[in-house]
Amino acid sequence: MSPPTPRRGSSWMRMGGLIRKESLQILRDPASIAIAFLLPVVLLLIFGYGVSLNAKHIPLAFVADAPDKESAALLASFNHSSYFSPRIAPNLATAERWLLNRQVDAIVHVPSDFSAQLHTASQSAPLQLIINGVDANQARLTQAYIQAGWQSWLAARTQAAGLEHSAAAAQPVALAARIWFNPELRSRDYLVPGLIAVIMTLIGALLTALVMAREWERGTLEALMVTPVHINELLIGKLVPYFVLGMGGMALSVAMAVWLFGVPFLGSWWLLVLTSALFLLTALGMGLFISIVARNQFVASLIAIITTFLPAFMLSGFIFDIGSMPGWLQNLTYLVSARYFIVILHTLFLAGDVASVLWPNTLALLAIALFFIAASRRKIRKSLE
Amino acid sequence: MPSLLLKNDTQALGTQGPETQALGTQALVIQGLYKSFGKAPRSTQAVNNVSFCVPMGAIVGLIGPDGAGKTTLMRLMAGLLTPDAGSLQVLGVDVQKDPLTVQASIGYMPQHFGLYEDLTVQENLTLYADLQGLPFNQRPDRYQQLLAMTGLGAFTDRLAGQLSGGMKQKLGLACTLVRPPNLLLLDEPTVGVDPVSRRELWAIVIQLVQEEGMTVLLSTAYLDEAEHCDEVILLHEGQILGQDTPAAFTQHLAGRVWGAKRHQGLRRHLQAELRQQPGILDAVIDGDWVRVLLAEQTAPPALPDGVWQPLPPRFEDAFVLMLHSQPAPQTAPALAPPASPPIEPTPRERPAEVIAVHGLTRRFGAFIAVNAISFSVQRGEIFGLLGANGAGKSTTFRMLCGLLPASGGALSVAGVDLFTAAAKARARIGYMSQKYALYEVLSVLQNLKFFARAYGLKGAHLSQRLAWALAEFDLDQYRDTNSGLLPLGFKQRLAMACALMHEPDILFLDEPTSGVDPIERRAFWARINGLADLGVTIMITTHFMDEAEYCDRLVIMSQGRILAAGTPAVIRAQAQTEAAPNPSMEDAFITLITAPTQPAGAGA
Amino acid sequence: MWQRIIALAIKEFQSLLRDPKSRFVIVGPPLIQLLVFTFAATFDLSNIPIAIYNQDGGQAAQALVARFEGSGHFKNVATIHRESDIARVIDSREALMVLTIGPRFEADLRSHQPTTVQLIIDGRNSNTAAIALSYANTLIADFNTQWQTRHQLRAPPSVIVTRAWFNPNLESRWFIVPGIVAILMLVVVMVVTALSVAREREQGTFDQLLVTPLRPVEILIGKAIPGFVIGLLEGSMIILLAVNAFAVPFEGHVLTLYIGMGLFLLSAIGIGLMISALAATLQQAVLGVFLFLVPAIILSGFATPIANMPPFVQDLTLINPMRYFMIILRGIFLEGSSFQSLQNQFWPLAIIGLVTLAAAGWLFRHRMN
Repeated sequence: MSPPTPRRGSSWMRMGGLIRKESLQILRDPASIAIAFLLPVVLLLIFGYGVSLNAKHIPLAFVADAPDKESAALLASFNHSSYFSPRIAPNLATAERWLLNRQVDAIVHVPSDFSAQLHTASQSAPLQLIINGVDANQARLTQAYIQAGWQSWLAARTQAAGLEHSAAAAQPVALAARIWFNPELRSRDYLVPGLIAVIMTLIGALLTALVMAREWERGTLEALMVTPVHINELLIGKLVPYFVLGMGGMALSVAMAVWLFGVPFLGSWWLLVLTSALFLLTALGMGLFISIVARNQFVASLIAIITTFLPAFMLSGFIFDIGSMPGWLQNLTYLVSARYFIVILHTLFLAGDVASVLWPNTLALLAIALFFIAASRRKIRKSLE
Repeated sequence: MPSLLLKNDTQALGTQGPETQALGTQALVIQGLYKSFGKAPRSTQAVNNVSFCVPMGAIVGLIGPDGAGKTTLMRLMAGLLTPDAGSLQVLGVDVQKDPLTVQASIGYMPQHFGLYEDLTVQENLTLYADLQGLPFNQRPDRYQQLLAMTGLGAFTDRLAGQLSGGMKQKLGLACTLVRPPNLLLLDEPTVGVDPVSRRELWAIVIQLVQEEGMTVLLSTAYLDEAEHCDEVILLHEGQILGQDTPAAFTQHLAGRVWGAKRHQGLRRHLQAELRQQPGILDAVIDGDWVRVLLAEQTAPPALPDGVWQPLPPRFEDAFVLMLHSQPAPQTAPALAPPASPPIEPTPRERPAEVIAVHGLTRRFGAFIAVNAISFSVQRGEIFGLLGANGAGKSTTFRMLCGLLPASGGALSVAGVDLFTAAAKARARIGYMSQKYALYEVLSVLQNLKFFARAYGLKGAHLSQRLAWALAEFDLDQYRDTNSGLLPLGFKQRLAMACALMHEPDILFLDEPTSGVDPIERRAFWARINGLADLGVTIMITTHFMDEAEYCDRLVIMSQGRILAAGTPAVIRAQAQTEAAPNPSMEDAFITLITAPTQPAGAGA
Repeated sequence: MWQRIIALAIKEFQSLLRDPKSRFVIVGPPLIQLLVFTFAATFDLSNIPIAIYNQDGGQAAQALVARFEGSGHFKNVATIHRESDIARVIDSREALMVLTIGPRFEADLRSHQPTTVQLIIDGRNSNTAAIALSYANTLIADFNTQWQTRHQLRAPPSVIVTRAWFNPNLESRWFIVPGIVAILMLVVVMVVTALSVAREREQGTFDQLLVTPLRPVEILIGKAIPGFVIGLLEGSMIILLAVNAFAVPFEGHVLTLYIGMGLFLLSAIGIGLMISALAATLQQAVLGVFLFLVPAIILSGFATPIANMPPFVQDLTLINPMRYFMIILRGIFLEGSSFQSLQNQFWPLAIIGLVTLAAAGWLFRHRMN
């Protein structure tokens, strides 16, 4: 038997072999399956139900120094609102103690001369509001809710008195706000699509961050490298199985968002698939790049922890508004691929196919995906040096 | 005389296939090759002006001590490293210019062949068939051929991770060979492999050369294997010391190799005594004899109540001599007989039986790794545990050290079962694991300090032991080097130093010399013998059959059972047949292991 | 016993800090993250892109627009002249909101007729929308007050006088920075403890450790010490930086702070060591770290209040040490809470610490068999 020279064979055969190998490894390793399917379900459930910015039943202390008809009407307007669960405090000192012990978040204090001043035309009757300002965001929302309650009490009072004309005097300009896409400002509708992006960043990077480092450490890469396999084939062989796995996880997440959490989906499915695929490529590519650069599982896992979850959580606009960050930091967020995907998801879910939003962000994703894959391609040479 | 395969088997293989001839008569041409690692001034010259050729269809051995540059050279040839200077022609192709073509026509098996342990035997083969582009219609035949050759036919559905070390190595070779390469590079293919598997691996290699006209370049730490090569290249510190047939290396040694024997006393005492004598360059135990290499123009010294007998020179003698004449500070101190470690002689009244094992059993699920074995070890004895890969040696070891509970039977080490005994009892043992478990980012000194303190050493005693370890093992030059960066031989020294910091009564050594070159191994055994003389009990596993001769007593294990027990002479006698009246330990081992399926004398 | 534990702890420190890569990983990222996240994590909006559709153009309308532009919260990005443009700027996210002033705005205002300005807000990000709306409400209210005083109109019957305790200007950074301190401490401690045993298992040094006279409990303590010390040092460093560089007030007592930090570190180390004992490989350990870290951060009240969560999730947060530590840190930083007022946060942390450390010890012995 004389050996054929050189022994190469087709590129498809080699890639097919690598993909089959990687798929078998995934199937035999329950951890990968768990990362791709269990993790998104668990995280979406916890966050979908757990994370909400819509305050309900804010504990409120209500103090009237001299309880009377006016203060009772005011209290009633808070009682009617589902935003509050008011507790009546006998005096201001007690209410303040409640506030200190975090039993209530705010105190509405009706001073003793409130009624008297209310009926005096030349004066405005001051209603005192004390808020625990530690959580500034919640404090601001609480303040807005209380203001709304107070306003509805004031409007009802004016109307009852038949003082149509003075309504304009009381409030020369009224603000009529119309909120598009999410009229009730349900925070879940905006948090869930964002969560999908955060979770998929995590999953994509976790899936691939260790695969290359593992081959380095186990010495399997040296044996692979002396075969006629081309670097591109090696990269594709690594990416394809995890891509399929990641898309599975993605599909599961989107299904949960739409059917479990009832987030409306107004865009096109094909656009969702396209942009998800691109986004997943950026996440996988980043994981792969980390894996190639680190060469060691310990360092790779540390880098993955540091560079994936927290930036996707903090710098993507998921919770914190990017426009309010300082300029240098805004520039930094351009590197976070979740930033683009969150915008795309918010638009596709809540607004529909808005080309002027989708295209620039899709192109940005494409650029990042290409960057990481090209960087991986550059870094991984068929060499041990 | 080891009887693996006869030399004339391989010499007949010089014939070349018509196709390979078309490429020229040299499979490999290397000229003026240089390769260094790290940045100047701390760089090391791994390959230093190396030039050689490998003719088509030959088996060429690349032999040298650790750190000689064998692996670097292999990787350069495979196109995995770029040389600093020089030219490399593999099968007529310039490696630097066209590594893919080279990689497509060679087979390379790295030292730790990366099998995918979570894939089955068949899946591993299929992966490499895909990667090497073997056409589908040729696959069934080729798989069958390879599986038959490697004896893995019955295990195609087994995960590679569940194979024994020897089987893994054979599967690695099979993967490399899925599509027959023209040149096969094997980097220490037999390290950590038991003698039976080693013999099988060699049989495969020789068959390949015969049937497929392959050229083979391999590196090895087993010097007896050198004698099966057509040519041997001796590499030392990145430079070539010589290239010739094995016979040519030993020719000039005629009359300088002798065996000594005394009627009373231990062989290792005689060996230690002879090593000290002027004019004796090397002394090792070889069966019932102490094998001695004399300096030129020297007669054997007088030996009261002993006899001398001339012995035929071996390649190992030539190798030791070669390195001896090198002005190499790295290995030279190791050759000097080490000073006895200052271990207090243990009081005589201690019970003589230090390790006792009765009906020891260990099961993993349905699998019985160790099956009701019994033996005992006396104080001050060197006790060997031999066996094929997967015979249950390591499991036994782990149970004795208290790392694994026994499923059945009784064991006691220094009177207690270490798994259940108080932690203090563990202070009496020292343990050196197979892979030299050292903290790689810690320096030599930090490793030593940590283990010393973990055993409760402190103050003046601690500093005294540290000084001892640095001096005794010649580690002072490396005291601040990360242990992960040490050459293998020094890693082994450091691991041993760490195990000895607290002066244990019992020393467990799990394959302590695997992959270590002969020079280091000599120094290692000199130390072990010294310790035994001081009353330290030593329990050791090894794959080097010549090392088994150093043991006072040993057992051979197979499939969880003890096949034979006794002194080396007793074990050798068990394999005695008319055809082989004077079997070596290796012959005996193979005979015993393969006995159930093959009659005695199978490998010869 | 202690000598051996100290030897092990020293070795742990050396192996963490000797390697430049791992030294950097432990020291560098927390500082960088503090810097980045402190600036990133704020709910206070600035430069909200707003488009103006001013159909009136009179003086009063100009004044209203000027109020928006001058508030610092809004940035006028487009002036619109057609109704149809509204959808365009909102859909494309060019502007977050569009302020529409009707053609009869000034006329109505001067004739004391009620008048309305319309604000269309992009609700895709509901939180930003809600905050932006509250800013707009405040601006309109201010405008009204000014208009009334200027034109000697009747004073409104009632006004709200708001006072925010602990954070008078409602700066959300004051709220976020203590949270970041807690997150960074948690991440560092998890990295140091959770990966340490798995790393030794993979390098094969764990067996070597087990044959020494070190008992499992001693190994556990030896592995816990570096996490504790590094966590404490990094925590102190981050807090110093937060107080000095980001001007977050520090009202409480240092001793109370360190009691809280100590208890929190114990519970975090306990969880880290539990992961360590369970994980056979580094990958499993990393997975374990993530599986704990992500919910622990999200369900801690760091960014979204626990009170907003459904009851069963609120119950779930009771086992999250981060929940208690967040309250402790914010209490000490902003409220000047005393030891007594934080008692109810201290004892759950102590219980979590004891339970997890005991569980880690048990798992550790158990996994050896």
